[in-house]
Amino acid sequence: MESKISVKNLDFFYGSNQALYDISLDIPEREVIAFIGPSGCGKSTFLRTLNRMNDTIASASVKGSVMMDGKNIYASGTDVVALRRRVGMVFQKSNPFPKSIFENVAYGIRINGIHSNKADLEERVERALKNAALWEEVKDRLNSSAFGLSGGQQQRLCIARALAVQPEVILMDEPASALDPIATQKIEELVVELKRDYTIVIVTHNMQQAARVSDRTAFFMLGKLVEFNPTQKMFTNPDEKLTEDYITGRFG
Amino acid sequence: MERRILDQKLDLLRDKILLLGGATEAALNRAMQSLVERDSPLAQKVLDEDEIIDQMELEIDRMSIEILALQQPAAHDLRFVISVAKITPILERIADHASNIARAALIINTEPQLKNYIEFPMMAQTAAEMLRTALDAFTSEDSRTSREVIERDREIDAAYKRVFNELLEMMIEDPSATTGAAHLLFVAKHLERIGDYVTDICELNVYLTEAAFIKHSK
Amino acid sequence: MSETATTFERKRRGINLLMTSLTAVCAVFTIAVLVAILGYIGVRGISSLSIEFLTDTPKPVGEGGGIGNSILGSAIMTLLAAFIGLPVGIAAGVYLAEFGKNWFGNTVRFVADTLIGVPSIIIGIFVYTLVVLPMGRQSGFAGGLALAIIMIPIVARTTEEMIGLVPHSMREGALALGAPQWRVTWNIVLPAAASGIATGAMLAIARVTGETAPLLFTALNSRFYNYYLDQPMSSLTVQIFNYATGPFEVEHAMAWAATLLLVTLILVINILVRFFTRKRF
Repeated sequence: MESKISVKNLDFFYGSNQALYDISLDIPEREVIAFIGPSGCGKSTFLRTLNRMNDTIASASVKGSVMMDGKNIYASGTDVVALRRRVGMVFQKSNPFPKSIFENVAYGIRINGIHSNKADLEERVERALKNAALWEEVKDRLNSSAFGLSGGQQQRLCIARALAVQPEVILMDEPASALDPIATQKIEELVVELKRDYTIVIVTHNMQQAARVSDRTAFFMLGKLVEFNPTQKMFTNPDEKLTEDYITGRFG
Repeated sequence: MERRILDQKLDLLRDKILLLGGATEAALNRAMQSLVERDSPLAQKVLDEDEIIDQMELEIDRMSIEILALQQPAAHDLRFVISVAKITPILERIADHASNIARAALIINTEPQLKNYIEFPMMAQTAAEMLRTALDAFTSEDSRTSREVIERDREIDAAYKRVFNELLEMMIEDPSATTGAAHLLFVAKHLERIGDYVTDICELNVYLTEAAFIKHSK
Repeated sequence: MSETATTFERKRRGINLLMTSLTAVCAVFTIAVLVAILGYIGVRGISSLSIEFLTDTPKPVGEGGGIGNSILGSAIMTLLAAFIGLPVGIAAGVYLAEFGKNWFGNTVRFVADTLIGVPSIIIGIFVYTLVVLPMGRQSGFAGGLALAIIMIPIVARTTEEMIGLVPHSMREGALALGAPQWRVTWNIVLPAAASGIATGAMLAIARVTGETAPLLFTALNSRFYNYYLDQPMSSLTVQIFNYATGPFEVEHAMAWAATLLLVTLILVINILVRFFTRKRF
């Protein structure tokens, strides 16, 4: 199996508190991987180790390795800024910039200097919005504020923004948890659609969502990876009793 | 500890499928009894009560769909509901075969008593035993027993061949027994089919307990 | 049972009424004082206001004269203060907010807070020692500098607070796109906090417009229109001080008029601040 990301014996600490214990897991290319588990199980923390987003926390420290295309992203000398361009991220709460719809999507293109001229920039923005299934809804008001969009539209704008810089991997941290069912469904369809071109890792507390969109599911508990298996197996016949108890709601 | 709503529903579903299993078993036993003991009123009773079994099937279908739609069971819970939903029509069909046997009994019982035949009651006994064991194994989620029952289907198939020959001989020897023997032949065919259905039930129990599909795997 | 409850209820309602009335009285008193001051200034000042008063330079008692040069001086020194104080203050605030979570940042924060609490006359004396004495005379530059020093800690702290209000998720959004830290601050955080920072800046300007003490030592005063920063410069506040402490009734009247103007100016700035705050998001 060709792995896009290969995590080996990863420990993670907030100061002296260990948040992740000896996580090893391989993420294949162009698949959707779902992380599930109870609140505080470390699934979001683990997600954020994959683009070194935890670097913004001063007390955080990491042991072990995260290999992306065979190179350890925690090796000294790694260009974190370049890494984050390759590994995009969509957050739980949509976080558009206080700019126009167009400028939100253009931002990543501009700062990374991807475009060659204005027409190219416009084309890239359009393509990103189309890929995020938002173009039809916003094409007539590209220059109005991003804050005027609905919650679901804002989240798809954030996905478009992430797509615009042409990442290889997209991390999604509970991307639909604040959305209504219709908007959630759109995001889920989008995730499945994007799988053709991207490797996607999605954290969700909605197990049905994990079941619907992912190819493989990882179940975390108390900072440990309990089980990682094809989603179909996880939801019909998990290997671990803990997993079974969690996905059937027999917890506590 | 707090019980999940789903657990209550699953328990209810388990009760219903056991009732249906019991009713089907009773129908088969009575049908055979009505035949062996030439008890036509009992055969009529089997036919009358088939309606109840049909109603039970509908109720279990409704409950299964409701649980799937509203509770979204996963893992073992999911396999249980699926198994129940698939076993229910099988039981109903076994009950239909029991009705057909009862119907045959009503006709055979008006014919003169056939001379002693040995293989036929043995085959009936094997079928009834297999059904009972299969349902017990399902109740206790005992997949080992289920696998043993599946092996026994061969006994039924073998018995069918012997009964077939036995009845054929009978018809040749005594042409006046032809009507009765022909109907008995149908009964034997029903029993053979029941054996196949019992096998299906056992395969579903293996799926329920081991999450393994063993159907068509030979 | 119901008997005691009723007594208890009555007592509770009584205390409630008493306390509400007390706070209402205090609120009315505060407003009344403010309205009285503003009203008094208005009544006393409006009669002396005229075009000449707003444009003329001071003249000997009895010959009229005005505060035109003081208005100009105040404007020049406030602008100079803003020119020095705002960039430094905002930059310091950005530093504190984005990189100041260490001992150095804490020290700067503590010093800034202390500086905000220092009486402004001490700032005046400081600039007097540092600029006026070496230059040999008071000047508009020294005045503007004193005002700038007063502005810097205020602007720095409000800027830090406003930047702190920008959601962390917005920064993460930009970082996740591969933006370096400085671009996140420059393109995302500062624009998002802009209106808040502007509000803080305006409030700081309003504050220094009303300062008298630091200017007494630094800019002194002037009877003429003066555009040169190295010369003593008049200001509204110092001119008010002079007129008010003068022996003649005409001077007092002019002090009232100048006060009315100053209060109006500060009021206008405050209304502008309100306007900016409302426009935020």
